[in-house]
Amino acid sequence: MNERFYVSAPPHIKTKYDARYMMRQVTIALIPPTIAGIVIFGFRAFLILIISILSSILWQRLVLLLKGERRVLDGSEVVTGILLALNLSPLVPWWMPIIGTFVAIVLAKELFGGLGFNIFNPALIARAFLLVSWPMEMTTWMFPYIGINQATPLSGITQATPLTLLKLQHTYTPYINLFLGNRGGCIGETSVLALLIGAGYLFFKGVIDWKIPIPYVITVGVLAIVFRQDPLFHMMAGGLILGAFFMATDYTTTPITKLGRIVFGISCGVITILIRLFGGYPEGVSFSILFMNAMTPLLDRWTIPKPFGYKTLGRNA
Amino acid sequence: MKRFFRPFINGILRENPILVLMIGLCPALAVSSAAINGIYMGLAATFVLVGSNFIISIIRKFVPNQIRIPIFITIIATFVTIVDMVMHAYAPDMYNILGIFIPLIVVNCIILGRAEAFAYHNSVIDSIGDGIGMGLGFTLILVVLGGIRELLGNGTLFGFQVMPVSFKPVLLMILPPGAFLTIGFLQALQRYRGGKS
Repeated sequence: MNERFYVSAPPHIKTKYDARYMMRQVTIALIPPTIAGIVIFGFRAFLILIISILSSILWQRLVLLLKGERRVLDGSEVVTGILLALNLSPLVPWWMPIIGTFVAIVLAKELFGGLGFNIFNPALIARAFLLVSWPMEMTTWMFPYIGINQATPLSGITQATPLTLLKLQHTYTPYINLFLGNRGGCIGETSVLALLIGAGYLFFKGVIDWKIPIPYVITVGVLAIVFRQDPLFHMMAGGLILGAFFMATDYTTTPITKLGRIVFGISCGVITILIRLFGGYPEGVSFSILFMNAMTPLLDRWTIPKPFGYKTLGRNA
Repeated sequence: MKRFFRPFINGILRENPILVLMIGLCPALAVSSAAINGIYMGLAATFVLVGSNFIISIIRKFVPNQIRIPIFITIIATFVTIVDMVMHAYAPDMYNILGIFIPLIVVNCIILGRAEAFAYHNSVIDSIGDGIGMGLGFTLILVVLGGIRELLGNGTLFGFQVMPVSFKPVLLMILPPGAFLTIGFLQALQRYRGGKS
């Protein structure tokens, strides 16, 4: 194909920034937390990840087949698969990621029209579905670093997450454990260091901007101070870093205006802290992002920027 | 007999109140967490529907147009009161489960809707056929909806254990989101069938 005589409808000059490129960047950024999760929780975490990614691709292919669409896989299903696995406890049964990816790909994404039309973040919908359906399995956590050399799943050895410990026993987990990931939790949420490396890569590549994650994390910190809690603990505990940098920055389900994005981040932070401190669940990141996903069209309409020189006419004009 | 059967068949699938006309969704979503609830709720609504359609089509010639709604509501409420008392007396368990949704049949939009749209303009035979058809269509969907939700959310069907013991019930299905999901899929299925024929 001679590119100089490529005749088609405009645009004629294209950048490399398409959906595949973006999804590849996000996948690369998810490598550090993924490796951290496998190192911390061992072979079982690896297994959950593989099942999740494979079933995700499978559901996507199946849906395209049923729809009769000859569409190239854009890589978003891989990202969804990884994100869902990172949001699961390493002790979930093997069939759970398969149902989870069904919910994510088929219910939350393709039934709404595919990538770009989904209202809610698919991975988070899947997590919410699993959490509501199987609350026991989804909230059984394991101790870090002990599963590596063990052949059998550690059914008897479980540990609460730092937020559960805070809620039930009012004990704080040391910062260093939170930062490096030496704590119970979902596969991908434990190591703040690894998550920040991935997020830094996305910032560097220009895939995400600061307007959602930074206000989100700062709001959580400030509100923690307001409610006389440890702000650094609340900023590092739970899935906040994972949610703020990888889930709340999804292009499709977040506002497009600058002000809208900042409002989105702050509102997510408020809802997260409210659920953590006053709600029934110990962690509120996923529900807060889902709730704000629903608000996204309203935020977009509310924060339409005023064009230069534009003047609102009064009622009598 | 044709005049009776056409509206009767219409109501069951082609103009199914829930899947096609999309009326009466509130009780359908609220009480369909088990198949047996669907049968009771559906039959109660069918009884009221047939009774009110019958009476309204008899008196339709001399009901003043301006005050027809209050008259319809009075007739419907009479039948609902009968159902309410009968269920309270003979099926107290089910009466407790269905609770407020039995009295609420008074304002169920299927019943007022059919009175307004059908019984007010059609003969007695047609109206009874429409009442039975619509009522059975409503019952059918409630039972299917309740059956799917009960099977997935509880592992049982009409109270009997169907799924193997190792099956972990999908709790979400007997919660409100499960009703919305299932009804969406049923409606999609109905559209798909309708599109083919």
